[in-house]
Amino acid sequence: MKDLSVNHLLGIKDLTEDDIHLIFETADSFKKIINRPIKKVPTLRDITIANLFFENSTRTRLSFELAEKRLSADVVNFSAASSSVKKGETLIDTVNNILAMKVDLVVMRHPNPGAHLFLSKHIDAQIINAGDGTHEHPTQALLDSYSIREKLGTVSGKKVVIVGDIKHSRVALSNIYALQKQGAEVMVCGPATLIPKYIKELGVKVEYDLKKALAWCDVANMLRIQLERQEIKYFPSIREYTLQYGLTKEILDSLEKEIVVMHPGPINRGVEITSDVADSEQAIILNQVENGVAIRMAVIYLLASKIGRD
Amino acid sequence: MEPSVILTQEQFELTINRLCFQLIENHNDFENSAIIGLQPRGIYLANRLQKTLQKLTGISPLTGALDITFYRDDFRRKSHPLVPSVTNLDFSIENKRIILVDDVLFTGRTVRAGMEAVMGFGRPTEIELMAFIDRRFSRNLPIEPNYIGKSIDSLATERVEVKWKETENEDKVILYNTDERP
Repeated sequence: MKDLSVNHLLGIKDLTEDDIHLIFETADSFKKIINRPIKKVPTLRDITIANLFFENSTRTRLSFELAEKRLSADVVNFSAASSSVKKGETLIDTVNNILAMKVDLVVMRHPNPGAHLFLSKHIDAQIINAGDGTHEHPTQALLDSYSIREKLGTVSGKKVVIVGDIKHSRVALSNIYALQKQGAEVMVCGPATLIPKYIKELGVKVEYDLKKALAWCDVANMLRIQLERQEIKYFPSIREYTLQYGLTKEILDSLEKEIVVMHPGPINRGVEITSDVADSEQAIILNQVENGVAIRMAVIYLLASKIGRD
Repeated sequence: MEPSVILTQEQFELTINRLCFQLIENHNDFENSAIIGLQPRGIYLANRLQKTLQKLTGISPLTGALDITFYRDDFRRKSHPLVPSVTNLDFSIENKRIILVDDVLFTGRTVRAGMEAVMGFGRPTEIELMAFIDRRFSRNLPIEPNYIGKSIDSLATERVEVKWKETENEDKVILYNTDERP
């Protein structure tokens, strides 16, 4: 019988291709449910989930919270700004205190890469990574692939370019793993200063010219410049970045084929993508958001079904 | 012990026909009624009823398939995740008379989940229940069918299997011990 090969969702790197397909098939069912008049099922009524956000988030937290509520789980929310973390408590202590209140599953975002792996070795609860620093953001990559699958029928054999701040992007790394596991070709594109030096080791193509990259691809995933993670200046100005790597309607129309445009949000309109592109027929940005809830429901459902099993 | 045959092909067909006539008595022209088969195996009964009613009356009632996976009460009590099947209800159930159909009625738990799943789509006027095989005296919940193909007495260790021409190449109902699956 089908089952996930992992007990936690720490990163896409740990998943198998079968895991990804199982998550997608389960998400298909949930997508139908969230489009019904009554969007809720009682499956997880005896499960309690803690959303621990040690870093700001709007979309991901809302998406997880909605997914949990649509599955009828009990939800507690926690954000670092208003917590004892500020008073000097360690991560393990914080989480163990929350688990002492009988929480079954933890959804966590943390600024430190590997925080989830560390936690998974020390606590007794299922953990879902909602982003760990510049490392991974697995549910985002799953919903991105799911959206490509929905739009183009399959991910296998498709050419996907990820444009922008690859160096600081957990979305980029998770997407590279997810797309490659499903047989897609991946290219990264951006200023040389924002492309990690050894990224080719992952088997991705590197291109510094946006037009060439777009001419090659079927799907362009436009990332936001993460100024909050940049301790030094990686390019002269936002204006210059926009001129070189901003996606405009003119560039899109100049291509020989119609490509799919994605963005993990939040969008900086007029920086990495112009408004007319973001709102165009080719953009599936809002589909990504809708699919995010279905994907997160599927991940939570499949992991929660392991709770209490030997 | 050999599995015992509960319904032969001939009896099978007679039973389906009788159930159809009972439905016609209660639902006339099915104008405001719909048959919903519970996944995975109730859908064969639903489709067969639809086909037979079409033959008998010329009317083809609305028929759908309902998956109840996310409404079950044994989540996390199985050794693997419950994998959902397809729900296919391309009509509104609002103010309809719903006939919920399943092949075997045993503890009643599936039907309980089925009723909740139906309510997830709206508010039907009423829900009736049809069981092709009713395993009497084995209910965990106060649920009784309105239409019964055949009532049988069986042990908890026994299993009833309804075979369908569409999938198993024969119409037949058998009863066997779980450790002697044919």
